[in-house]
Amino acid sequence: MTIQDEYRKKGWKDLPPGGIVDRPATARDYKTGTWRAFRPIRNKDKKICQNPEACLVCWILCPDAAIIRVEPNELEFDMDYCKGCGVCALECPLKAIEMEQE
Amino acid sequence: MAKAKVLGMMGDFAVAEAAKLCNPDVIAAYPITPQTIIVERLAEFVADGELDCDYICVESEHSAMSACYGASAVGARVYTATASQGLALMIEIVYITASARFPVVMTIANRALSGPINIHCDHSDAMLARDSGWIQVFAEDCQEAYDSTIQAFRIAEDKRVSLPVMNCLDGFVLSHSIEPVTTLPIEDEETLDGFLPVRDPLYKLDVDAPIAQGLLALPEFYMEIKRGQQEAHLKSIDVIKEVIQDFGDRWGRYWPVVEPYQMDDAEVAVVTIGSSTGTGRAAVDELRAEGKKVGLVKLRCFRPFPVKDIQAGLKNAGAVGVCDRSVSFGSTGPVYADMAGAMVGRSGPIVKNFIIGLGGKDITIDTFRTMYDNLYADLAKGEVEEPVEWIGVRGE
Ligand code: SF4
Ligand code: SF4
Repeated sequence: MTIQDEYRKKGWKDLPPGGIVDRPATARDYKTGTWRAFRPIRNKDKKICQNPEACLVCWILCPDAAIIRVEPNELEFDMDYCKGCGVCALECPLKAIEMEQE
Repeated sequence: MAKAKVLGMMGDFAVAEAAKLCNPDVIAAYPITPQTIIVERLAEFVADGELDCDYICVESEHSAMSACYGASAVGARVYTATASQGLALMIEIVYITASARFPVVMTIANRALSGPINIHCDHSDAMLARDSGWIQVFAEDCQEAYDSTIQAFRIAEDKRVSLPVMNCLDGFVLSHSIEPVTTLPIEDEETLDGFLPVRDPLYKLDVDAPIAQGLLALPEFYMEIKRGQQEAHLKSIDVIKEVIQDFGDRWGRYWPVVEPYQMDDAEVAVVTIGSSTGTGRAAVDELRAEGKKVGLVKLRCFRPFPVKDIQAGLKNAGAVGVCDRSVSFGSTGPVYADMAGAMVGRSGPIVKNFIIGLGGKDITIDTFRTMYDNLYADLAKGEVEEPVEWIGVRGE
């Protein structure tokens, strides 16, 4: 259980004072992907990002480092942290990414 | 055995002496009239080796409060002072310090906010921070300002409270007026004879036991955190009373959160805050000598607002005038708004609001006579025609 899940179960009386988190290094547990209204998907028509010419523009520009290089030229979205900003879809020169409403 | 001394001190000096006695670890401050003398005096104590403290000379009040926040976060005892525009500049961090539950003691030498620019007393600066989550205490005289400073550290640092405390003394009227002030006869300066133990923080930033502090809290947590903050603030009234009692038992001076004066048989009463209370007492004495049954209720602790004490303090008065030394534009004075809230659903007195003393406009015995006269007139009519009256303003 993440700390976020743990704290979500608590009412105001049981949360630690002053809005603190009572242990360190919990930022990774904070799944900013829950903020997303749109999700990026691969455009099925375009075979991209598994090919040797993957330009990595999306990988560079993603503000949340939510595009992961699983292989040198194979990319995946990390949906735990993707906030759905759409930067990758806009910037991809081959229009290989589309945004879809959650 | 240490002896109490009676010294002639102006309010700013008295506050500086009291702050020094409490041995702060960190002072971060920026000078501003009429508070400057406090932080200058403390800087002298540090420079002369009389106070062992990190004195941080910052470039603005915003930085002053930021440094106080940081110092309090690691468990230090922290002091600062400001007024008027200085408080306005630091207000962002003033709110954040309270929500983090970090004790800091700050003196405000009350001064009117700009504009127009003015250096004299009113309470618009303190009222700017009314909703910030700080405990707010107003002093009637220099002795009270001295004693309040010492009490403030104990209240702020009590783990059940762990909130910052703002001690207000009226600019110039108290800050620059010399009055006899009785100092505390202290043997053990480390803990003020046990009254003020070394700070044991509710939580602190510590590399050996790390926590995360100053975080983002979105809708699923923000309101819960604020509810907890409100609870701590409301409950602090009990600790404040406990500290007042302990201070009084040790040194003989009690400063109740609400102090009724000649209220037992009072027909009309005014509620005062700050130094005008003294003038009000003199007016009550004069009017009583003339056979008029008037009284006064001094409100010392404004946040938390002591609803029950104020209700009890008003006794059986038929008409009550609440004095405000500031105004919430488009509405009433802020003290009146709280008082009116405290009256809701109770068959109590007629309540009205007097706006007095803005920007250092003199509050005299005649000011109080006018207010009592108007209250008697309302009482005779059985209703308030003018709920908010500006007293002492030319052309009214
Ligand atoms: S939508 Fe935004 S956050 Fe999500 S992968 Fe694309 S660039 Fe990153
Ligand atoms: S920007 Fe487009 S083409 Fe370039 S790596 Fe990303 S998905 Fe592939």
